[in-house]
Amino acid sequence: MKILTKNMHVPNLREIGVYESLGGYQGLRKSLRDCKPNDIIEIVKKSGLRGRGGAGFPTGVKWGFVPKNTGKPIYLCVNADESEPGTFKDRLVIEKDPHLLLEGTIISAYALDCHLAFIYIRGEFSYGATVLEKAIEEAYSKGYLGKNILGSGYDLDLILHRGAGAYICGEETALLESLEGKRGHPRLKPPFPAVVGLYRCPTVINNVETLANVPHIINNGPEWYAAIGVERNTGTRLYAVSGHVNKPGVYELPMTVTLRELIYDHCGGIRNGRRLKAVIPGGSSVPILTADRVDTRMDYDSVAKAGSMLGSAGVVVMDESTCMVKAVRRITRFYAEESCGQCTQCREGTEWLYQILTRIEHGRGRAGELEILLDLCTQMKGRTICPLSDAAAMPVESYIKSFYDEFAAHITQQRCVILPAA
Amino acid sequence: MAEKVTFTIDGLTVQSPKGISILEAAKQVGIKIPYYCYHPGLSVVANCRMCLVEIEKIPKLQPSCGTAVAEGMVVRTQSPEALRNRQSVLEFLLINHPLDCPVCDQAGECELQNYYMDHGVYDPRFNENKKKRKKAFPIGPYVILDQERCILCTRCVRFTREISKTGELAVHDRGHLSEIDVFPGVDLNNPYSGNVVDICPVGALTDRDFRFQCRVWFLSSTSSVCPGCSRGCNIEIHVNEHFNPRYHDKRVPRLKPRFNPDVNGYWMCDEGRYSYPAIDAPNRLRAPRLRQGNGWQEVSWQEAIQKTAAALREALEIQGPTGVAVLASPQMSNEELFGLRQLFRDVLDVRNIEYRVPLRDKVYADDFLITADKNPNSRGAEALDLGGNGCEAVLRDCVEEQIRFLYICQHDLTRGFDEDQVVRALSKVQFVAYHGSRENRTAALANVQLPAAVYAEKDGTFTNIQGRVQRIRRAVAPLGQSLPDLEILELLARELGLEVQPGSPGEIFLQLAEQVPAFRGMSYESIGDLGQPMHSFGS
Ligand SMILES: Cc1cc2nc3c(=O)[nH]c(=O)nc-3n(C[C@H](O)[C@H](O)[C@H](O)COP(=O)(O)O)c2cc1C
Ligand code: SF4
Ligand code: SF4
Repeated sequence: MKILTKNMHVPNLREIGVYESLGGYQGLRKSLRDCKPNDIIEIVKKSGLRGRGGAGFPTGVKWGFVPKNTGKPIYLCVNADESEPGTFKDRLVIEKDPHLLLEGTIISAYALDCHLAFIYIRGEFSYGATVLEKAIEEAYSKGYLGKNILGSGYDLDLILHRGAGAYICGEETALLESLEGKRGHPRLKPPFPAVVGLYRCPTVINNVETLANVPHIINNGPEWYAAIGVERNTGTRLYAVSGHVNKPGVYELPMTVTLRELIYDHCGGIRNGRRLKAVIPGGSSVPILTADRVDTRMDYDSVAKAGSMLGSAGVVVMDESTCMVKAVRRITRFYAEESCGQCTQCREGTEWLYQILTRIEHGRGRAGELEILLDLCTQMKGRTICPLSDAAAMPVESYIKSFYDEFAAHITQQRCVILPAA
Repeated sequence: MAEKVTFTIDGLTVQSPKGISILEAAKQVGIKIPYYCYHPGLSVVANCRMCLVEIEKIPKLQPSCGTAVAEGMVVRTQSPEALRNRQSVLEFLLINHPLDCPVCDQAGECELQNYYMDHGVYDPRFNENKKKRKKAFPIGPYVILDQERCILCTRCVRFTREISKTGELAVHDRGHLSEIDVFPGVDLNNPYSGNVVDICPVGALTDRDFRFQCRVWFLSSTSSVCPGCSRGCNIEIHVNEHFNPRYHDKRVPRLKPRFNPDVNGYWMCDEGRYSYPAIDAPNRLRAPRLRQGNGWQEVSWQEAIQKTAAALREALEIQGPTGVAVLASPQMSNEELFGLRQLFRDVLDVRNIEYRVPLRDKVYADDFLITADKNPNSRGAEALDLGGNGCEAVLRDCVEEQIRFLYICQHDLTRGFDEDQVVRALSKVQFVAYHGSRENRTAALANVQLPAAVYAEKDGTFTNIQGRVQRIRRAVAPLGQSLPDLEILELLARELGLEVQPGSPGEIFLQLAEQVPAFRGMSYESIGDLGQPMHSFGS
């Protein structure tokens, strides 16, 4: 079942004419013609669509939090900062089908009574930025953006903003700070952006994939959408699979798919016939799943029940040749580098974790240090301004707990105990 | 009456004004929650994570600085989780800290040291090399930065953005590489830069001036008011009376701002802060002196006062009260001005009294604290109705030989007039008495110098630009043989054969409050530590 990617094989889909010829912008026409803004919110609520950026918050409910009649403008920000290691699904939409994102953004902005929207795109996505820039230009010239869109009287401007290379700017309030021209520091919450957001005005932040679903929901109706997948986990997801599989890539599947099906049926199984060792199911920040969890269904709730998170659905597959110490050390280095540095435990803790893990990997670990690592993780979780501190701690904690003997052997034998891949 | 909410904190049921933070509400009932980044005068960022507390029904610890109290809230500041967090935050803050307390100026007033007593780990488990960063380098005329000691609370950054509005400081780089610094090519040289030293909770920002002069535990503290301008910022005078022989000629090694919500908030300007060397400066007048030809002779108080009184009596006898003029000073306290007025105007019937001397120096003023009037008590002098026809008129009277006795308090007239003009005027006066604290070109022209104590050496009150009467207090004894102004006036009155009731400044103030409408009903008690507004004039 393909929704978002169903047209992606069509050549030149990026061009507005091609997009239109495949039924593009019909959802927008329908919305502006048939729906009041509130109707769209209700439709999206009914569809069961949940955020694809990480937390999985129901999108329609989030839109409902925005106070109307405050006298302040309402903003919509598209989170296209996709930087979580192992995640590369939004990039596909941006580069291959930019008008789908634009159409979803315009409909959502209309639903929110928003007249100025932003796309915050990861700085490194220079190609994607070029594609979006051109698409926005086309949309303006065709009257899908600007004043009096399609004669409806509704106005919307859309601004593309390129980030400057900080992962933390994907966190929604850091994104807002960055958009405002400041350092990308996450804000203290509450107040939440729905009430006090960009320039202190009510603001909604949504992920690229989330918004790309909206035109299809409008076109086909919420009941159709809700029937895909399972309850509370409706629609498809773009699973970005990487690591030791034969066919890495982005796979769009309903959330009824199991990890086993994803790896073995869709991605061609493990490279070189090796055995599966572990899987990161939702981007590098989530707890790892061991091979025995391979029958977990890849929806929000089932992955949570298995002890991890579906997150961004960035699936990283690791085979038996993977050293878990090395893997988590590398992930930890990422978070140590990307911590914004505001909160004490995140700023100091991420680097401390990295230092200890580096020594363990290099055969210089000391007895008792796994317990120190676990305690540091406890101290880092749930106590900071944003969840990056948790994102750094959760992998370390789960890798050690899931592969305790492997970590312990690194310390007692003072070397790596995993044979390098042949 | 502000709306109140009722909530529970550590088992105590408390009523607090709606909207205040848990941290402030706790403070009000004597529950201390430790914190670093929070400062009541700055915006709330909640980045240090030290003040997290447990709130019933909320799964995660919450920052008490950034969470408002709410009706029915149940807060626990001492839960195991909250305590463990404090310990852990301290541990994280200290892993890369150089632990150079023995050579750190902040020792004794360092919040790392203080909180460690209660929340320390005492069993370090950091096995890595500590980070090396830039140590002890000046970032402006008054401030030294040690990046290794910094805990990145960003109070200093917020100060330069929100209070001085100059923005010289920032966090550079990010994550564990974060460090505080000035922007390249920029100096921390705004008029309020010294405040960052006060608000830095650790030894990262220290005072270039105070550094290594004295351990803070040898300092005593006296509440007073800065005499640097008419704002009258509330201050603490720190005195090193007990120790450190190396430093004996500088009794006051520093001034610190004292919180007053109606005057200066938590702040003071650099000009005022670094004015303290004037207290022990070499140009202080230390003994009464009489002119002897071209030179000076130190004499006893008795002799100096006798000579002054004799000259005054002679002037009155020959010419009556019109032969006497007095230049009072807005540097003097309300009590002193009142004493001066009683003696010269009420008893001797002298009418030629003035207190305003124009200043020609270019002065800095802004719309925050610093005012253009560099006198601490102009409003008091005004309320005491000590204005005449202006200083220029007095000098004209001198030139026209109408004045036989001129009593100048504190002023250096050459800062307002050409020196020639001053010399010409004073040379026409039979006797010039200079009652003041320092040598200057006017004092040099007098016949007698009567050395007066400075603000840090006496009690009294100043009335600031807002009309607020505020107390100054004696922190150190008058230097050398100098005397508080009131005592000088008392000696003079006695010598003139007047009946004088000796009175403390507080008692004099009560008389003043009885006689001068603007001060009616006030006393030192009612003024308290934070001052009291005068009644509007004439009422
Ligand atoms: C450290 C951090 C990084 C994040 N990075 C991204 C990102 O790159 N893209 C994204 O869509 N959401 C990211 N998020 C999640 C956003 O904060 C936010 O929840 C999301 O954009 C909301 O959109 P959704 O409701 O459509 O999922 C990140 C969150 C954190 C804590
Ligand atoms: S948890 Fe880390 S990344 Fe998030 S605000 Fe705090 S320091 Fe910054
Ligand atoms: S220098 Fe001091 S005030 Fe500034 S951030 Fe560091 S610790 Fe805080």
